Amino acid sequence: MSGTSSAAAFESAPTRAEVCVIAVAESFRGDGERLCNPIGTIPMIGGRLARETFEPDLVMTDGFGAFAANALPPGADPADAVVEAWNPYPQMFTVLWNGKRHVMMGATQVDRWGNQNIACIGDWHQPRTQLLGFRGAPGNTINHTTSYWVPNHGTKVLVDSVDVVCGIGYDRARELGPVASRFHEIRRVVTNLAVLDFETADNTMRLRSLHPGVTVDEVVAGTGFELVIPDDVPESRLPTDEEVRLIREVIDPRGLREREVPNP
Amino acid sequence: MAVPDKRTTEAEAVAELRDGMTIGIGGWGSRRKPMSIIREILRSDLKDLTIVSYGGPDVGLLCRAGKATKAVYGFVSLDSIPLEPHFRNARQNGTVEATELDEGMLLLGLQAAAWRVPFLPCRAGMGSDLLTVMPQFKLVQSPYPGPDGGEGESLVAMPAIDLDVAFIHMNRADQGGNGQFLNQDLYMDDLMAMAAKQCFMTTEQIIPTEDFAKFGSIHTQRISRLMTTGVIERKGAAHFTECPPDYARDEAFQKEYAATAKSDEAWDEFRAKYLDVSEEDYQSLVGVNS
Repeated sequence: MSGTSSAAAFESAPTRAEVCVIAVAESFRGDGERLCNPIGTIPMIGGRLARETFEPDLVMTDGFGAFAANALPPGADPADAVVEAWNPYPQMFTVLWNGKRHVMMGATQVDRWGNQNIACIGDWHQPRTQLLGFRGAPGNTINHTTSYWVPNHGTKVLVDSVDVVCGIGYDRARELGPVASRFHEIRRVVTNLAVLDFETADNTMRLRSLHPGVTVDEVVAGTGFELVIPDDVPESRLPTDEEVRLIREVIDPRGLREREVPNP
Repeated sequence: MAVPDKRTTEAEAVAELRDGMTIGIGGWGSRRKPMSIIREILRSDLKDLTIVSYGGPDVGLLCRAGKATKAVYGFVSLDSIPLEPHFRNARQNGTVEATELDEGMLLLGLQAAAWRVPFLPCRAGMGSDLLTVMPQFKLVQSPYPGPDGGEGESLVAMPAIDLDVAFIHMNRADQGGNGQFLNQDLYMDDLMAMAAKQCFMTTEQIIPTEDFAKFGSIHTQRISRLMTTGVIERKGAAHFTECPPDYARDEAFQKEYAATAKSDEAWDEFRAKYLDVSEEDYQSLVGVNS
């Protein structure tokens, strides 16, 4: 551990937050020209990164009522947006019912089928803890692709059964039948430990990749249901040098990502 | 060139309300809310109101003060404070009966009322617990063949949300009740207005009709006098919510308000200081026009 070169290499090693950014960006791979609508700090950085690199046709908002063509950092003043189109809230519902959208939402609870709860904890009629309510989750999940971001992977979030199904998972979609559920897709659950997906025979949640330094046992211990674990679990993709530069210098120069997911 | 004179006051508008009415409130979260009207309702002895809103402090205040016993909402948030603390308490204490909608369902309920149809079909809600915890929402089967040529699709029949009275706040208006929004988003204010038997609009400033064009393009003139019953000029009416470009949210005041959810004493003190006073005294206390 001597000399400036090793110190420089240490400083430039990707952080856990940056691995999460890449995992988010990868969730949007292949989406082409549709509204990439990530909610949260790391999701927004990941979406911007995907557009700046391998998915240039993605459309993104300024966080308010416009589509912004430039890579606005999280928390940026919407006045800095290069507006490519006006998209006030009433229009947003038209966009989402039209289906050209992939949202990444948070989840207070999510189960093995991808059912998500953001409404409340306890009995809905008089909850122990009132949270956001259903918000847009029922409409999102039945109309277009949805992914989830979980910055705190643990058994309180990845639960055997959610208290209220807001965003619908694969079991609920299957009960509705192929016609009613034809626009339903839960693509990924990105957490601070791993990437999860539903690419199994019965669409139950699977461990897709582990972030560097995380073990299968850690993920299993932090998951309140039986996760499908393949024989060989790959490591989550690391950012390229150019991606690290874009994240650190262009998209998130204030380093807000490190506050959302501190480096272990 | 003449428009009618529909100028009125908060007191006269709120005098139109009766116990048990369903009231729509425009704006979104803690943005461009007709707060001087909310304060007037808080000063009244009205009770058992049903509040329909993309909710912010309007819903929190009316729940905390015991005015609203039912709330119909897509969310209730203070934006910079994501969860409205007084509303949360009301839900957790069981003092408000909730109709908790997908945000898009609320839009369709207002649109159905505005168009005078009993419901509008939507996919939102299908398969979710929204339909099990609120069994009043029914499905409707399409009379047309499905996309596979089979039987018609089942969809949620979102019922019309008919409002007795709606309140909205616009940046500019004329005395005839035409209104202009100057921020990025009208929200659902036009639908709120048209879903209601009566709609009262507060505004930062009443201007001559011919002056609308000085403030914004024709696209900002989205409230026509066909939608409004009365117009109330009140600079700072939306305080402490934001009303750009006229003013930003009063974040310090909002924090003070949110902190009063912690104890009855804090609320009583807040209420005595800011709510049991006239609008003029409120405004000078919070420095809206200073």
